[in-house]
Amino acid sequence: MSTLIIENLVAGIPGKQILNGINLTLNSGEVHAIMGPNGAGKSTLSGVVMGKPGYVVHSGSVTLDGVDLLALPAWQRAQAGLHLILQYPTEVPGVHLDDVIREAYVSRGRDTSTLDAEIVAEAARIHFDMALVERSMNVDLSGGEKKRNETLQLALLKPKFAILDELDSGLDIDALRDCARRVEAATQEDNLGVLVITHYARLLEELRPDVVHILAAGKIVKSGGPELADELETTGYAGLTQ
Amino acid sequence: MSDLAQYPGVILPTAEEEIWRYSRIEELSLDSYVAGTVVNQVDAPADVAGIVTQGAAAGECGVAMPIPVDAFAEINAIHCSGAHADIITVKTERGKSYASPVVITRTLSVSGVLAAPRLIIDAAENSEVTVVEHFLSADDISSLIAPVVEIRAAQSARVTYIAINELGNKTWKIAHQQSLGERDSTTRLFTVALGGDYARVRTEARLVGIGATTQQVALYFADKTQMHDFRTLQTHIAPRTSSDLLFKGAVQDTAKSVYTGLIRIEHEAHGSQAYQTNRNLTLSHGAWAESVPNLEIETNDVKCSHASTVGPIDDEQRFYLESRGIHPDIAERLVVLGFFNEVLERLPQIDVVSGLRAKVAAKLHAGAK
Repeated sequence: MSTLIIENLVAGIPGKQILNGINLTLNSGEVHAIMGPNGAGKSTLSGVVMGKPGYVVHSGSVTLDGVDLLALPAWQRAQAGLHLILQYPTEVPGVHLDDVIREAYVSRGRDTSTLDAEIVAEAARIHFDMALVERSMNVDLSGGEKKRNETLQLALLKPKFAILDELDSGLDIDALRDCARRVEAATQEDNLGVLVITHYARLLEELRPDVVHILAAGKIVKSGGPELADELETTGYAGLTQ
Repeated sequence: MSDLAQYPGVILPTAEEEIWRYSRIEELSLDSYVAGTVVNQVDAPADVAGIVTQGAAAGECGVAMPIPVDAFAEINAIHCSGAHADIITVKTERGKSYASPVVITRTLSVSGVLAAPRLIIDAAENSEVTVVEHFLSADDISSLIAPVVEIRAAQSARVTYIAINELGNKTWKIAHQQSLGERDSTTRLFTVALGGDYARVRTEARLVGIGATTQQVALYFADKTQMHDFRTLQTHIAPRTSSDLLFKGAVQDTAKSVYTGLIRIEHEAHGSQAYQTNRNLTLSHGAWAESVPNLEIETNDVKCSHASTVGPIDDEQRFYLESRGIHPDIAERLVVLGFFNEVLERLPQIDVVSGLRAKVAAKLHAGAK
């Protein structure tokens, strides 16, 4: 069992504090949802935890099984077991999915001899067209194809924890269901812990959260069970953050 | 300016001329060289052996460049009619498609010479041919090569020309590529530049027949103190012609590169389209790249666009790969090779091309293990 602990995290961008003391503990196999209005700090939280350039940490800590993630560069955080699916996956022209996964395997000391077969099997599982594997990373892919591609990488790399930053933005219902079900399956099969960041309750119908947190103005203002997401649907954020 | 005893009437340009701006022309002293030749090797399988002539006559010159466009083209023309003539022609038969490429390897094997080989590709109506010109020299060869390739594509002919520069790091190259596309023809001019001390190519595609199409594509990668210098012209003379140019380069260490490109659409060339893209990666703080696109349009009803970028590797791309657990050096290497893939994937998949990706990779410091 692994644990990701965020303690009193205060961070932002230069000149602007966005996160005002976040506390959260996520265990293997759990799904925690973070919901909140625009500007609450949801994407900042995912960027800071993964080590995306451009953010400043003022205080607090993020640890994975006791390892201080904030002291590590992004690539070492990934090797420690953290994975991020960006809201808008980056296009990397001329670089193919299998190149990336192969290098990611090699950097983890993993055997790549069956990699091609693993890619074929995983692509079939989330209905990702193998012809798209030959394309440049995220270039000329639809919103749904991009998120299937991202989910495919998550499934292959088998991290301990994944942060899904608005996995549900820019994709159709079928793709949403395929991606959400694959992540849900990973929580069962690989004991993956998931921090799912979203505006909408729909994603949570497929990817059932154990805990729902409401993030507003850089703080978690309320936490509860899945019923909190349903409550949001009727009251809106205004009702919960007042 | 100097009048050169061995090349009467030839006056070298200066960097004050716009088309020589940023160049290293001021460093050139022709007195350091005597007229000489390269060593040629022609690989032409059976189906193309009959269309290649080595040691052709000076009278063959002029199919696409009847009048030399500058001093180095003049020097090449003087060589063509003198003791150091080195003319190879590739002349296709009407209506014939040749499956095998003609591969010409030009090797500079001695220092202190100025060699000026000429290649003439004359493609008859509705024929198709691929010609590779591969320039080589060892690292200690301090010479100058001033090659000219002239390409004429008759009606509906399809010509692919690939120049590969793997010259040593003391060799200078000042090259000309000139193509002439007649009605409904397709000309494709590829350049891969990895070598040379100062290596310049002036490449002009002239579209003189209705519906003619051309592509000019280049990959260049300079390191240490190398400089790559490209001057491109897309010249639309006839109506409904189209041109597409993609030049991608990288500079590393204290290397330099220059790209200046002109799309020229003349008065009669209505209904034409022209695209020009030049992208440059600066991989070291000391490296420098210049990119200057230009348009000159004399008619309405045309579609034109140009794009030009110079800059380091994109931070978001690097982060994306790093967030998969990939070391920053390897991530950078993937991004650079990906950047060049767009060009490499456009090249015809023939033997001499297949090793180029590895040669580009070998030049990269990033992730070198």
